[in-house]
Amino acid sequence: MTKMPPVIALVGNPNAGKTALFNALTGARQKVANYPGVTVERKAGRMALGDGRPAELVDLPGAYSLVPDSLDEEVTRNVVLGQQPGQRRPEALIVVVDAGNLDNHLRFTLEIIALGFPVVVALNMIDLAERDGLTVSSEALADQLGVPVIETVAVRKRGLEELREAIGTAVTAPEPQGDLAAKLIGDRKDISDRARDIARSVVLNETGGRQWTRRLDAVLLHPLAGPIILFALLFVMFQAVFAWSDAPIGWIEGAMEWLGALVSSVLPGGLFQSLVVDGIIAGVGSVVVFLPQILILFFFILILEATGYMTRAAFVMDRLMAYVGLSGHSFIPLLSSFACAIPGIMATRSVMDQKERLTTILVAPLMTCAARLPVYTVIIGAFIPAQSVGPGVGLQGLVLFGLYLAGIVGAMLAALAIRKGITKSSGSSFLMEMPRFQMPRLRDLALGLWQRAWVFLRRAGTIIFAASVILWALLSFPNVPEGSDMSQAEYSVAGRIAGTIEPVVRPIGFNKDIALAIIPAMAAREVAVSALATANAIDDSGDEDAVAQTLGQRLAGAWSLATALAFLAWFVFAPQCISTIAVTKRETNSWRWPIFMTVYLFALAYIAAGITYWTAVYFGLG
Amino acid sequence: MPWLMKLDKLPLREKWRVAAIDWSLIPDSEGHRLRSLGMDEGVAVEALHRGVMLARDPLAIRVGRMTIAIRRKVAAQITCQPEQA
Repeated sequence: MTKMPPVIALVGNPNAGKTALFNALTGARQKVANYPGVTVERKAGRMALGDGRPAELVDLPGAYSLVPDSLDEEVTRNVVLGQQPGQRRPEALIVVVDAGNLDNHLRFTLEIIALGFPVVVALNMIDLAERDGLTVSSEALADQLGVPVIETVAVRKRGLEELREAIGTAVTAPEPQGDLAAKLIGDRKDISDRARDIARSVVLNETGGRQWTRRLDAVLLHPLAGPIILFALLFVMFQAVFAWSDAPIGWIEGAMEWLGALVSSVLPGGLFQSLVVDGIIAGVGSVVVFLPQILILFFFILILEATGYMTRAAFVMDRLMAYVGLSGHSFIPLLSSFACAIPGIMATRSVMDQKERLTTILVAPLMTCAARLPVYTVIIGAFIPAQSVGPGVGLQGLVLFGLYLAGIVGAMLAALAIRKGITKSSGSSFLMEMPRFQMPRLRDLALGLWQRAWVFLRRAGTIIFAASVILWALLSFPNVPEGSDMSQAEYSVAGRIAGTIEPVVRPIGFNKDIALAIIPAMAAREVAVSALATANAIDDSGDEDAVAQTLGQRLAGAWSLATALAFLAWFVFAPQCISTIAVTKRETNSWRWPIFMTVYLFALAYIAAGITYWTAVYFGLG
Repeated sequence: MPWLMKLDKLPLREKWRVAAIDWSLIPDSEGHRLRSLGMDEGVAVEALHRGVMLARDPLAIRVGRMTIAIRRKVAAQITCQPEQA
C-alpha cells in the first residue's frame, strides 16, 4: 500500500521568520496557488524528514491567534482544524516562535498545543535574540511546554537537520481525536499570563536590547524627518521604475519583433499567420513588455516589507490617511496598486476594519497602475510638446506626474465620499506590530520576485492571450467587400460595435477610434494602444517602436488636443480591467461591490473626460 | 500610592506598567487585536515615539518585548503606573 506523504503545517505569529524557515526547509521546490474560493495564497513544498521520507510542508498565513481577526487568520484556523476545502488536515505542526519575542509568541503556541497535535517548536532567530542580549534556554522551554523545542536560525540554515529529525518522530505520534473546534481556547487571560510566565522562566539572562532598531526608528519615525524620508524613498522608487526598465523593455520588444518576423517567414501568409503575428504575438507582447516595470516596483515593495520598513511607512502615513477615513493599514495595498490593482486588492486582507477594507478595495483602481503607462506614453508623446518648463523639468514629465496626482487625489476624495455616504462608519482603526529591522535575504527576495513574475506571465498567457485573439477576430471579420469605401476596421464586427457606442461618448469629445479602443481595453488597459494602432490601419506586426511612433503621428494629425486630453482623463478613472473587477468580486464575496465600483468609476471617467474636453474647447484647443 | 497616567500621555522612554484597561470603551475587534499584540493588565510598557507632524498620532509603544503602533484614541483607555524601581 502506498501512503500519501504526511502533511506538515508551518504556523506562527507574523514576523516569526516563518517564510524564511519555509524557504530553507523546502528550497525552491514550492507551489504557490490560492485556496479554492479565497485569494489567500497557499504555499506548499516538499521537505525531507530526518529519515529521508518525503512530507508536504504547507506554509500557513501568520496568525496571532486561532480566533481569527482577518481572512488570513481564518484560513490558518480552518486548515489546522481540517475545515479548509481543498486541504488535508495536517498530521503534525511546526510552530515557529521568535526567540526574542517569547512573551507574545508563546500564547499562540499554547493555543496550538491545546488542540492535541504532535507539535515541534522551532525557536527561531535565536541569533538575533543573542545579539539583543537575551539568553534563552530551549531545554527549559521544552520542559515547560512538554513538546520538543529546536533552536533554529532559518536564514543561516542552523538547526534544520534537528528539526527534520524531530518532525519525523512527531508524525508517528497519534493525531488528535474528537471535535478540535471545542478545544479552541481563544484569548483567555490565563493563557496570556501563562505564556508570559513561561517566557520569564526560560529567559536566563537579559542585557541591553534592540539598540539598533531603536536608533533607526528614532530617525524613520521622527515627526519631521520620517515623512521626508518616506517621500524621498517613494520618489526614488518611481524614478527607478522608469529609469531602470528602459533597457529590458527594449530587449523584450526586440525579442517580440524577432519572433514576429520568424513566424512570418515560417508560416504561409494568410489568416493563420495574421492571427499568430498580429493577434497573439503583438497582443501578448504589448503586455509582457511591462514585466520589467512591474518587477522593479515589486522589488522595492518586497525589500520594504522584508526589512520591516513597510510598517514604519504605515505609521508615518496613518494620520494623513485618517483624514479620509482610512488608516496606515490601507497604505500598503494602495502602494502596491501602483504596480497593479490586483495584488493591491489582495493585500487589503491585512486591513482589520471590514468597512475600511471595502473602501480601500473600491479606491485601489484609482492608483495609476503600470498598465496605464503605455496609454499615457503614446498620447503624451503625440500631443504634448517636449519642451522644458524649468530647470530639469519637462512638460511631458509634468503632465505624466499630473496624471498620477489626479489618480491619488481622486482616490482620496472617493474614499472620503464612500466612508461618509456608503460604508458609514465612525472611523478607521490602526493597531499593528512594528517588527525589528532585518537585512533582507537575497534568496528570499529572488523567490518572491519570481513568484510575482510567474503570476503576471500566467495572466498574460491566459486573459490577455484570449483578449488578443478575440479582438483580432472581431477586427478581421467579416471581410470588407471589394470596392467598399469603408476600411476593414470600420466594416468589421468591432467597428460596428464601436459605431453603436460612439454616440454615447461623442459628447465627451471621443471619436470612433476611441470608441473602438475602449472596448477591448476592458481586458487590459494597454490593449487600447494596439487597438488604436489596428484601427488606424497600420501594419501592426512590425517594430513596436515604429508602431508607437507612426501611431503617435497619425493620432496627432487626426485628433484635436481637446480629444487627446479627454482620453487621458478617461484613463485616470475608468475601471478598464476585467481582472480587477473579478478580483473585487472574489474578495468582497458579492456582485454588489464590483458593480458599484464599475459604475462609479465609469461615471467619474465620463464626467472627468467631459469636463476636460469642454474646458479645452473653451480655451480654443478643440 | 502610585500616581496614574493614561498611555497616550506617557513621557517618552520611561518604564511604566499597565494598571487597568477600560475594555468597554474599545471596540471588540480592536480589543481582541490589542490582546493578540500582548497588551494586557500588568504588562510593561514604554512610549517610544509619537506620530508625525502636528497631530503626534499614532504612538509607537513597547509592550513586553514588542513594539506596536496604536492610535491615541485607544491608548487613552489604558491606564499606567510607574514601574517600581
